[in-house]
Amino acid sequence: MADLHGRKWDRCLADTAVKTVTGLGLGVLFSVVLFKRRTWPVSLGSGLGLGMGYANCQHDLRSPYLVHGSMVKDQ
Amino acid sequence: MLRACLRGANSSARKNFGRTPLTNLQPCRHYTAGESGGAAKVVAAGLVTVGGGIGGTILYAKWDPKFRAGVEKNVPYSDRLLGLALGPASQYGGLPIKNQEMAQPPSMMEKPQKGSKAKMEKKLKDESPAAEAGPVPAQPAPSIEEASTEATHIISAISEMSSVPAPCDSEAAAVKEECKECHDHKDTALSAMDEPEPVASEALKERPVEEVTARLALQDQEEQEIITSVSASLDESLASSAKATLQAIGAQEAALQAIAQHTVKLKEAMEAEVPPEEKSAQWKDLEASLAERTSAVTSAETALSNANEALHSLKAVIDSSKGLKVAAVRPLVLAAEENLHNMVVDLDKVVTKVQSSESEAKIVSQYSELVNEAKLQFQREVTSLTPEIQANWKGLTGKLSEDDLNALIAHAHRRIDQLNRELAEQRVREQIHIDASLEQQKLEDQKALEKAVSTALQHVKEEARLEQERKLSELREVMEAEMRTQLRRQAAAHTDHVQDVLKVQEQELRADAEQVLSRKMLEQETSYRQLSQEQLDNFTLDMNTAYARLKGVEEAIDSHVLAEEEARKAHHLWLSVEALNFTLKTAEADVPTQPLQGAAQAVRDSCHDNDFALALASALPEESLQRGVYSEASLRARFHALRSLVRRVALIDESHNSLYQYFLSYIQAALLFEDKHQTPPTQLSSEDLDPFKLLAYASFCLEHGDLELAAKLVNQLRGEARRVVEDWLTEARLTLETRQVVSLLSAYANAVGLGTTQAP
Repeated sequence: MADLHGRKWDRCLADTAVKTVTGLGLGVLFSVVLFKRRTWPVSLGSGLGLGMGYANCQHDLRSPYLVHGSMVKDQ
Repeated sequence: MLRACLRGANSSARKNFGRTPLTNLQPCRHYTAGESGGAAKVVAAGLVTVGGGIGGTILYAKWDPKFRAGVEKNVPYSDRLLGLALGPASQYGGLPIKNQEMAQPPSMMEKPQKGSKAKMEKKLKDESPAAEAGPVPAQPAPSIEEASTEATHIISAISEMSSVPAPCDSEAAAVKEECKECHDHKDTALSAMDEPEPVASEALKERPVEEVTARLALQDQEEQEIITSVSASLDESLASSAKATLQAIGAQEAALQAIAQHTVKLKEAMEAEVPPEEKSAQWKDLEASLAERTSAVTSAETALSNANEALHSLKAVIDSSKGLKVAAVRPLVLAAEENLHNMVVDLDKVVTKVQSSESEAKIVSQYSELVNEAKLQFQREVTSLTPEIQANWKGLTGKLSEDDLNALIAHAHRRIDQLNRELAEQRVREQIHIDASLEQQKLEDQKALEKAVSTALQHVKEEARLEQERKLSELREVMEAEMRTQLRRQAAAHTDHVQDVLKVQEQELRADAEQVLSRKMLEQETSYRQLSQEQLDNFTLDMNTAYARLKGVEEAIDSHVLAEEEARKAHHLWLSVEALNFTLKTAEADVPTQPLQGAAQAVRDSCHDNDFALALASALPEESLQRGVYSEASLRARFHALRSLVRRVALIDESHNSLYQYFLSYIQAALLFEDKHQTPPTQLSSEDLDPFKLLAYASFCLEHGDLELAAKLVNQLRGEARRVVEDWLTEARLTLETRQVVSLLSAYANAVGLGTTQAP
């Protein structure tokens, strides 16, 4: 169970990082392309990403008995 | 709208609390005086409300006691207040106690009418159980009927008394007198009979037969005596009076005759023309007869007076004998009275006859006197005329001269004229005389009539009375006869009744005797049976004892064999349990023990027939059998790893599980320091349920080898912490279970082994 906890945290953090970075990147992109190099899309994007990650993490930790299943491909 | 009002109120309240003094809904005129005014107002209002509430409560409690009781029960010290205000509460609310007055028990005023009959039956000589009138009820008998019935009772008690007359209701007085008569004869406690009182009832006891007969005999005798004496006296007086009366009558008759004779003689003397010599003889004869008459009359009178005396005495005797009131005397008395009456009547008749004859005689004598007087007168005239002529002028016929004759004739003529004149005068006066005499006669007739009527009336009355008495005596006799028949009938009924009762009694007694006999027989039989049964029982008992002993010996031998067998088995079991125990020790760090399957099987094999051991052997958890259990040391190590994790998620549970909470929990874990090991208290309180504390306790327990307590403590974790330690807890449980089972088994094996070893 402790292990599970730890694994959850790992996943959660990884997910959050990915989302944040993705958001950041997208924000940058939009800022450059659409919004004349304003700052706000960047912060928006990163914030969005962070928020999503946070929410996901929270949701995951809140339902502890929900174990993520993985598809086993037949090889 | 409500919200608007609330808003308004809120705003006003906010404003009222000292920001800006604005005129608002509340009348806060003395707001300027300061906030204390408002407070005082509030306080005052509050006080008024409270006072009003209390007053209302008290008033209502006064009116409704149930409410008062409720208030007193629920509000403490209210009972004191209410007691002060209203006085002590009545226990029964407002309901008045209705005291029901007990009705007076009705007085026992029963007068059993049948008491008389019961009394009668009782009085007849017997000891019949029909003496239901044991205590004879009080007999208030004011009426004469009841007195007479009581008389009957008393009389009936003297059953042989035949001469007691029946009481007639019509002659109550006579009855009472009869009773009195009875009293005179018997001087017993029945003297209270003529007074109708309950005392009489108590006095009415049965007297013994002999006494009664003696009394009866005595009574009869006395009566007889009295009767004889009375009759004797009556006869005597009757005889004497009869004699006297006859004498009187005879004398009267004689007088009558004498008078008649005298009268006849007188008449003869007056009218007869008899020569002078005979005249004197006649006169002498007349005088003799007169003397005779007078003497006869006097003798008659004396005789009459004697007779009257005798009659009076007879009457007195009759009255006295009437006063004795003995029944048998009555007819005698009656007869005597009749005789008396007859005699009186006769006497009176004779007397009247005598009187009538006397009156006749008087007339005749008067006539004779007149005649004599006339003669004398004539004689004198003749002598006055012819003085020389002698008295006896009849013999002078030859001696008279012519002159004398003429003178005599002239005298005679003169005399005739005179007589004619007198006659005429007489005729004139005749009528007057006749009237006067008629009047006189009428008066005398009236008197005589009255006298006669009165005498006749008296006689008639007397006769009627005698008749009545005769009839009465007849009636009495009839009644007596009837009474006797009734009494005879009653006696017959009584004898029948007595016979019946005797029969019943005989039956009862027979039944009782038979019952007693049967009971005694039954007792004898039961005792005999008991004795025989006892003997049998004793014998059986001895036999059983011997048999039991034999059996015991056999069993002892068998049990020895069994015991040996048991001992062997126990040893076997013990060995297998030891093997199991050993497998437990094969655990190494982080590696569970070997699977306990084999050992468990061995144990199971060694205890086929032992349910307890079998149950225990099968109670080993599957995991331990298949996989084996972890040792305590590995668990301890794991716990240390777990501890930090648990600390980190201490704040997380179902409700607090956001990331922020996680963050806080992490900070707490970082900042909070607790003891590594802390002694757990004997009793956990709520503040000991803090995870950090629990962990400290659990690690302490683990350090000291108490896995069980550690597991218990860890079990108290909640929320995420609990989830984290779940695995560890399961493992700990498993280990504990296995160890428990094994220890039980070994204990059991030891016990069995101990049990089977026999002490030397």
